[in-house]
Amino acid sequence: MFKTNKDMPPCAMSLADMSHNKTGSWRTFKPVLDENKCIKCFICWKFCPENSIDIENDMPKINYDYCKGCGICSNECPKKCIEMVEE
Amino acid sequence: MKLTIPGEELMGHGNLSCQGCGGSLAMRYALKALGRDTIAVIPACCWSIIDGPFPYSCLKIPVFHTAFETAASAASGVSAAMKIKGKKTTVLAWAGDGGTFDIGIQALSGAAERGDNIIYICYDNEAYMNTGIQRSSATPYGAWTTTTPAKKFKSAPKKNMVEIMVAHKIPYTATACIAYPEDFIKKIKKAKGFQGTKYIQVLAPCPTGWRYDPAKTIELSKMAVESGIYPLYEVENGIYKISRKAKNKTVKEYIKMQGRFSHLTGEVIDEMQKNVDKEWELLIRKEEFYGHTKE
Ligand SMILES: Cc1ncc(C[n+]2csc(CCOP(=O)(O)OP(=O)(O)O)c2C)c(N)n1
Ligand SMILES: [Mg+2]
Repeated sequence: MFKTNKDMPPCAMSLADMSHNKTGSWRTFKPVLDENKCIKCFICWKFCPENSIDIENDMPKINYDYCKGCGICSNECPKKCIEMVEE
Repeated sequence: MKLTIPGEELMGHGNLSCQGCGGSLAMRYALKALGRDTIAVIPACCWSIIDGPFPYSCLKIPVFHTAFETAASAASGVSAAMKIKGKKTTVLAWAGDGGTFDIGIQALSGAAERGDNIIYICYDNEAYMNTGIQRSSATPYGAWTTTTPAKKFKSAPKKNMVEIMVAHKIPYTATACIAYPEDFIKKIKKAKGFQGTKYIQVLAPCPTGWRYDPAKTIELSKMAVESGIYPLYEVENGIYKISRKAKNKTVKEYIKMQGRFSHLTGEVIDEMQKNVDKEWELLIRKEEFYGHTKE
């Protein structure tokens, strides 16, 4: 990235994101979505503090690489179609 | 498919917040509102950790980490630099309640009085969480913290920082709550439209420090607003406007969900309820009074 001294920034700067940090390993309970009962309100997506619920083919999709298992999605789901299952 | 908040994510994966962190959600929403052309200035607080250790950062915008007391003054400097460079980049000062109500108050007051062009957002988790739950002046009356242990719970009320900012006669001051992201995002976008110092205080519960189940973060946040303990309102050029009028939950319902209040008895709770009712009444009167002086 930096070939000479002149390419270096004048201050400390971040070189990469945090995606190497797979926080999914912190989880003890895992949210499991019942797609048949889902009404696609995306409230689970909206309230995920890890931004680890994606929207794929008009359906919420939980990203287990990063989901820490807080259970907010399950608690807020108006149809109660996200179950917390012990890992 | 209809989403009620912007779809773009500027907070990446792998952040270091605890499970169910309100502060993490607050940042996710704030960046959705502000967009890519933003620089964040973050003093010492949980967010200096959540973002990731050097040389990593989970945010897709530039982040300037700075000393605990300097959020507003560092942001003022960045804002001045942007002006010299002829850039329209939004400068966001993002600090915790300790960094705002306590140690950062003089820097913030200075910036507000000078009218430096920054958006200052305080994510309020009502204690010094990053260093292990010490009381701050944002900690509410009656709460347990590690420096106000059980029977010696905090005996002073929460400092009214919002009114302190309103008293600076800045163009825009607002409160928000992570359970109402549409309202929070609307307020940030509105703040962006003003020249000068803008202050938004967002309630961001902390499951670790408040002692509750992380799954309840949103439920509890809603309760804080619905009980009138954390009223949502904005003050635009001196005109008060309450964002959510209904007050239909009690203090008791709110505090019984949290371990930090578990030592409280009936009389203390009644006293707290009386204070909340009084403050709520005062807020309604302010809205009425300033509404009349509008024209
Ligand atoms: C001058 C100074 N004093 C103390 C600290 C240690 N310290 C780092 S973060 C922190 C607590 C911050 O509390 P708050 O601003 O409420 O943010 P939170 O951690 O709750 O998100 C403290 C005391 C410091 N970094 N600098
Ligand atoms: Mg705090």
